[in-house]
Amino acid sequence: MSEMAMHGAHPPGFKHQFEDMEQQREAGSLGMWVFLVTEIMFFGGLFATYIIYRTLYLTAFEEGSRLLNVKFGAANTAVLIGSSLTMALAIHAAQAGKKKSEQVMYLVLTMILGALFLFLKFNYEWRADYHEHLIPGFGFIIRPEWGAAGTHVPLYFCFYFFMTGLHAMHMIIGFGILGTLTVMAQRNRFNSEYYAPLEVSGLYWHFVDIVWIFLFPLLYLIGGRFALPGVH
Amino acid sequence: MSGHVVPVKTYLGIFVALLALTALTTGVAFVDFGELHTGIGLVDVIPLNTVVALTIALVKMLLVILFFMHVKYSSGLTKIVVMTGFLFLAILVSFTLADELTRGWSPEAGGWNTALPAILPLIRGLC
Amino acid sequence: MPGQEIPAESRVNYLNASYGVKSWLLTTDHKRIALLYLGSITLMFFVGGFFAVMMRLHLIEPQGALVAPETYNKLFTMHGVIMVFFFLVPSIPATLGNFLVPMMIGARDLAFPRLNLLSWYIYIIGAAFTLYAVISGGVDTGWTFYTPYSSTFSHTSVIPTALGVFITGFSSILTGLNFVVTIHKMRAPGLTWFRLPLFIWAMYATSIIFILGTPVIAITLFLLGLERLLHIGIFDPAIGGDPILFQHMFWFYSHPAVYIMILPGMGVMSELITCFSRKRIFGYTFVAFSSLAIAIISFLVWGHHMFVTGQSIYAGLIFSVLSFLVAIPSAVKVFNWTATLYKGSISYDAPMLYALGFIGLFTMGGLTGLFLASLATDVHLSGTYFIVAHFHYIMVGGAVMAYLGGIHFWWPKITGRMYPDGWARFAALVIFVGFNLTFFPQFVLGYLGMPRRYAVYPGEFQVLNVMSSAGASILGIGYLIPLIYLLWSIRYGPIAGPNPWGAKGLEWETPSPPPTENFEEIPVVTQDAYDYANVGGSRV
Repeated sequence: MSEMAMHGAHPPGFKHQFEDMEQQREAGSLGMWVFLVTEIMFFGGLFATYIIYRTLYLTAFEEGSRLLNVKFGAANTAVLIGSSLTMALAIHAAQAGKKKSEQVMYLVLTMILGALFLFLKFNYEWRADYHEHLIPGFGFIIRPEWGAAGTHVPLYFCFYFFMTGLHAMHMIIGFGILGTLTVMAQRNRFNSEYYAPLEVSGLYWHFVDIVWIFLFPLLYLIGGRFALPGVH
Repeated sequence: MSGHVVPVKTYLGIFVALLALTALTTGVAFVDFGELHTGIGLVDVIPLNTVVALTIALVKMLLVILFFMHVKYSSGLTKIVVMTGFLFLAILVSFTLADELTRGWSPEAGGWNTALPAILPLIRGLC
Repeated sequence: MPGQEIPAESRVNYLNASYGVKSWLLTTDHKRIALLYLGSITLMFFVGGFFAVMMRLHLIEPQGALVAPETYNKLFTMHGVIMVFFFLVPSIPATLGNFLVPMMIGARDLAFPRLNLLSWYIYIIGAAFTLYAVISGGVDTGWTFYTPYSSTFSHTSVIPTALGVFITGFSSILTGLNFVVTIHKMRAPGLTWFRLPLFIWAMYATSIIFILGTPVIAITLFLLGLERLLHIGIFDPAIGGDPILFQHMFWFYSHPAVYIMILPGMGVMSELITCFSRKRIFGYTFVAFSSLAIAIISFLVWGHHMFVTGQSIYAGLIFSVLSFLVAIPSAVKVFNWTATLYKGSISYDAPMLYALGFIGLFTMGGLTGLFLASLATDVHLSGTYFIVAHFHYIMVGGAVMAYLGGIHFWWPKITGRMYPDGWARFAALVIFVGFNLTFFPQFVLGYLGMPRRYAVYPGEFQVLNVMSSAGASILGIGYLIPLIYLLWSIRYGPIAGPNPWGAKGLEWETPSPPPTENFEEIPVVTQDAYDYANVGGSRV
C-alpha cells in the first residue's frame, strides 16, 4: 500500500498526509469514535441534570411523563431502529461490492425513515403538546390535578423539549450527511475498497439511534405509567 | 481493505431483536413490578419498573454498538474509547448524586438514622 | 542534512511556499495554523493583561483609585474569561502543539488538517463574541458564571460571553480529537509509545481532557443561557432549581481545564530540562504515566471548589481525599525533572531560565494547593487572595513560564531566526522577579483574610497591595520585552541552523523553518527519546 502512495498512484479519496489508505481509514474511524465520546459527554451532561432533577422532583416528573403519548414514542423507536438497519445495509452494500443503485436505495430509505420519525415527533407529539399548553414559555398552563407537584411539571417539559429537540437537531445534521453520501454513491464513489465515509457516517447515525433508545424509557416509560386509570 | 463484513442475516436478526425489545419494554411499562426493599442505605427502595426499563435499554444499546457499529469486530482501541466515554459519564453522574443525595445528612441533627427517612422519597427516583 | 548550508531565504519552506492573505487564511498546514493561533492568542493575552493592569492600578488605594465598583467587577470577570478560555486553554496545545505534534512523531501533518483550520475559525468566532461582550458593556459574574447571579440577577452581557466560551469549546474539542487520532495512528515507523517525546504524552493527556470535559461545559453554558432567557428554573432556587448543580457541571470541566493549562507546560518542561542538562529524562515511564494519571484523576476532584457552597460534607470528604491524590503524579514530575538536572551539564540559555523558574513557581503553587484541598483550612482560605495567589502560581508561574520557555526554545525552528540571547535572559529574569513580587504578597493578604473580587479593602492591607501592583507593572514590562525582540528577530535575527541547541527529537532533524511537508522522507526511529550523549555522569 505504501508503495502505491510513494509512486503517486493514489486511489480516489486519498489524503496526502497519510501513508496509505488503511491508515487513512483507521484514522477516520478512530476520529469518529472520539467525536462520539464527546457526544456521549454532551448528551450525558443533559442526562445527568435530568436524572438529578427527576430524583428531586419525582412526583412532578412522573405527572409530566404520563402526559406523553407512549404510542408515538414506541412507534418512533421502531422507525429509528429501522433506519439504523437500512444504514447498516447501505454500508454492507458498498463493502460487498454491490451495485450503486443498492447503496443509493438504502441511503434514501434511511432518510425516509428519519423523516418519518421527525414527522411523527413534530406534527403529532409536539403539536398536541402545544394545543394542550404543555410547552414552557408558550402558554404553559399548570393543571390543578397535579397538586403541589404542579410547580415543577414545567421543569420536566423543559427537559423533554430540550432533550428531544437536541436529538432532532442531530438527526437534521444527519440528513445533511446522508444527502451528501447519496450524491457520492450516485457518482459511484464507493466500492469494496473505499467506503470509509459511509462507515464513519453510519457510526454517527447509529449513535443518534442510541440516544433515542435511552430517551424513550427515561422520558416516556418510567413515569409510573401502570398507575394511570384506564390503561391496559 | 480490511473491515469485517457482517452478513445481512446478522443485521436482520439484530433488527428483529431490537424491535422485540422495544415491544417488551413498552408492554412491561404498564405492569406494576413494585419496589425492592433492600434495607441498605442509599439503595433501600428500588423501583423495579425503572430497573427493567433501563436494563432493556442497555441491552438494546449494546446490540447497536456491538453489531450495527461493528465494535464486536473492532480493535481493542475502539473498545477502550467507547468504554472511556461511558466511564466518565458515570463519574459525572455518580459524584454529583453523591452530593445531592447526602446533602440532607446533617451530622448534628441526630445522626444518619433520623436523616435517612427524610430523603427516602429522593432515593426512589434514583437508578 | 539537506538545506543546512543554504540560507533560509533561498530554500522553499512553509513560510515562503506561498504568499498572500488567502494562502494563510485557507491554509491546512499545521505549522501555519499554529502561527494563526499564536497571533490570535497573543492578542487575547494582551487584552486580558490590560484588564489585569487596570485592576492592580485600581487597588493601589484602599478606597479604589481608578474605577467604580461595578466596573471593577467587570474588569476581573473579563480578565478571567479571556485569560482562561482564550489564552491559557489554547496556549500551548494550539500553538506549540499544533506546530510540533506532527513534527515530533514524524508525520506530514495532523490527521485532519481541514478540521484543524476549522478549529481556528471557531476560536475566532468565539473570541469575537466575547470581545463584543467587552465592548457592549462587559460582564460582571466572575469567570465562573455562578448561578443564580448569572442566570437571574446580572444585567450585563452574560449571554454573548457564555456563547463565546461555548463556541470556543468546540475548537478545543477539534484540536483534542485531531491530536488523539494523530498520535495513535500516524507515528513514524519505529516510534513506539515509549520512544515518544514526553511533550507528546502531555499533549495526549491534554487531549483526553479536551474530549471528555469540554462537552460538559458546553451543555452547562447552554442550560445557563436557556435559564437566563426563559426562566424555567433549572438553576434558580426560587423555582426549585439547584444553583450548586451548576457548579458541579461547571467544575466537572473547569477543574480538569486547570490541567489542560498545566499539562502541556509540563510537557514543554521535559523537553527543556533534558536538552539544557544534556541528559536523558530521569524515569521516563513515570513521567509519561504521570501525565495520564493527572488527566484521569483531574476528573475526580472538582468538588474541592465547592467546600463552602453547601455541598454535602460527605461528598466534600471524598473530594478532599481525591484532591490530595493529584499531588502524587505532579510531585513525580517535579522530582524527575530535578533528578534529571542532577549531575547534568547544565547551560543557562533563555528557555532553561524559564524552565527553572517553572520548577520553583509550580512547586509553590502545587504545595499551596494542598492547603486548599484540606477541608478545614479551605474554609478559612476560600474566597480570599490566597486562592488568587495559588492559581496564579500554577497558571502564570507554571503555564505561562512554560509557554514562554517553549516559544523561546522552538522559535528558531518556527521562524528560522535567533532572538538576542541577552535580552531573552533579561526578560526571563524580569518576569520571574515581577511575578513573585505581584503574587507572593497576595498569599499573605489572603491568609490575613482579604477577600478576592472586592473593589475596596481596609487600609492596613495597603502596603501589600502596593507591592503587588508594583510587581504587576514589572511583570507587564517583562511580557512586553519578548514581544518586541521576538518580532524584531523575525526580520533581523541571525539565521538559526536546523538545530541551534543541539537538541534531540525529530523536529530538529528538519531544516529551520521546515518545509511544508515537514519531512522529505518519513524518518525511521531507532532510538529512545532524549538520547543525549553520556555527558556529565548521566546514567540509565
